Amino acid sequence: MQVTSSVREPLITGGKTLKDVTHDVSRQVEGKPTLGWILGLLVAVGALLLGSLALVATLWEGIGMWGLNKTIGWAWDITNFVWWVGIGHAGTLISAVLLLFRQKWRMAINRAAEAMTIFAVICAAMFPIIHMGRPWLGAYWALPLPNTFGSLWVNFNSPLLWDVFAISTYFSVSLVFWYIGLIPDFATIRDRATGLRKTIYGALSFGWDGAAKTWSRYESVALILAGLATPLVLSVHTIVSFDFATSVIPGWHTTIFPPYFVAGAIFSGFAMVLTLMIITRKVFKLEDYITIGHIELMNIVIIITGSIVGIAYITEFFIAWYSGVAAEQYAFINRAFGPYWWAYWSMMTCNVISPQLFWFKKIRTSIVATFILSLVVNIGMWFERFVIIVTSLHRDFLPSSWAMFYPTLSDIGVYLFTFGLFFTLFLLFAKFFPVINMAEVKSIVKSSSEKVNK
Amino acid sequence: MERDKNFVLGVFDDEDVLLDAVSKVRGSGVKIHEVYSPFPVHGIDDVLGYKRSRLPIAAFLFGILGTTLALVMQFYMMKIDWPMIIGGKDHAAFPDFIPVTFELTVLLAAFGMVGVFMVSSNLKPWAQPRIFDLRITDDKHVMAIDLATNASLGEEKIGDILKSSGATEVNKKSFE
Repeated sequence: MQVTSSVREPLITGGKTLKDVTHDVSRQVEGKPTLGWILGLLVAVGALLLGSLALVATLWEGIGMWGLNKTIGWAWDITNFVWWVGIGHAGTLISAVLLLFRQKWRMAINRAAEAMTIFAVICAAMFPIIHMGRPWLGAYWALPLPNTFGSLWVNFNSPLLWDVFAISTYFSVSLVFWYIGLIPDFATIRDRATGLRKTIYGALSFGWDGAAKTWSRYESVALILAGLATPLVLSVHTIVSFDFATSVIPGWHTTIFPPYFVAGAIFSGFAMVLTLMIITRKVFKLEDYITIGHIELMNIVIIITGSIVGIAYITEFFIAWYSGVAAEQYAFINRAFGPYWWAYWSMMTCNVISPQLFWFKKIRTSIVATFILSLVVNIGMWFERFVIIVTSLHRDFLPSSWAMFYPTLSDIGVYLFTFGLFFTLFLLFAKFFPVINMAEVKSIVKSSSEKVNK
Repeated sequence: MERDKNFVLGVFDDEDVLLDAVSKVRGSGVKIHEVYSPFPVHGIDDVLGYKRSRLPIAAFLFGILGTTLALVMQFYMMKIDWPMIIGGKDHAAFPDFIPVTFELTVLLAAFGMVGVFMVSSNLKPWAQPRIFDLRITDDKHVMAIDLATNASLGEEKIGDILKSSGATEVNKKSFE
């Protein structure tokens, strides 16, 4: 008996059968790379190589190559770090939190979103590692390793150390979650292939045979991993916010930071998922799987988290005034009307005003408008971190040491390097890995397809 | 006849037909070797009579191990091995140890459970799976019945049972 809901929109359009799902997703793994993909990869590798000049210069000469000064000790590096980590929140949120809430629309987008998460976290981790100055010694500063100083251990009271544990746990658990999901799909490609491809995907598929017993265990693993990843994803940006919130810098020392950072992370993560998925669905002709319905739902998440972020900005301002602390009040007035007013108002426009356009159904179901706004949101979220970090530092406790931050070529180059790295990894993923979780999508073909396949 | 070598395979197109078929086939006294599917079929472990997976218990135990190791490590390093006063707090500033404890709990629970899953399901890069039908990872469900464990019924009888319970094809498969 087939029951199709007349209320819910179908998650898969075009009357797809199970065989169509296999074919539509496996086809780009098996086919020759397209010209667009090759050009994209060339641009990404180009950015990677160009940026690596700045990276090598920074490692060779030290972080004096950056525009940092005595007053502003953290600027683009930590801005970029928090920005990339924020982007890296959507993937695990989609696959873990939406799994616990049984939101089946996640199935078409979770694979690519998780890949994006992993690559974004790699890019994020670059910055604190480079900022160490001598990263080859970094393991002694970041990990509790025995050493010849006593052993002098790392400081477990420091949020910076908590971050090391949070980010590395998040990265490795996300990677495992992603890979477990990939195993059945690698088996699909293995069983369609011959020769070398069969050997490679055979090894990647870990000998998957699709037995009911294994599927039952797989489902249990996925559920428990989702249960573990849900508090994990919330903990990561909470701990990132502790890097600031536990300090005594006016503008940083606030208890609102953890929820505010987490909402901001989801906000920017979903924007990046949209940017990437709108291109991917078009290039790979996956419009029947990643539908306008998916785009609309993600836009709704953007309205909600964008509004939370907006309320947080206003609350911060109110509390700064209400606290009666002169330094705190000055920090916020300086943010909005000081020399960095342009950064503050870019942030307000991009993050608070622009996502409100998604209240109009016409805009949130328009691909062009969504694509543009997804870029605007990511620009806005970069400015948010820049505003929090640089404007809170640049006018410190002693007016004689007030300063401005000017990025150097090395600052820009290292940022470019992470862009090159991110897009190189994403393009390689899109070509060689199935971009949609075929097994999961197949499980909803019957119940959520436009046309019942029988 | 030797066990685990010669199989009768019932091929199914639809997961709901398959679920019914499993009950019917088991009801007529046939022992099912295993059912293979391209995606997780909900409820199939119940009709096949599989017990609930104990992997969540493994995850819990590994999680407890992570909590313990993290707390022991931090107390040893901060309180016993090299006590230092940081921020005027106690050497063993317990609330400060919670974030790292939480992260290590999650890390060990996740990796421990996935490790147990890999071992129990024999998933490893060099594993050579027995593939009953290449369409299992595409669009067909396959019910495999070992001829040796159902010797009293015979191949033809099993084929008839499979056909009558909804199999679209009945094939034979032998492994070396």
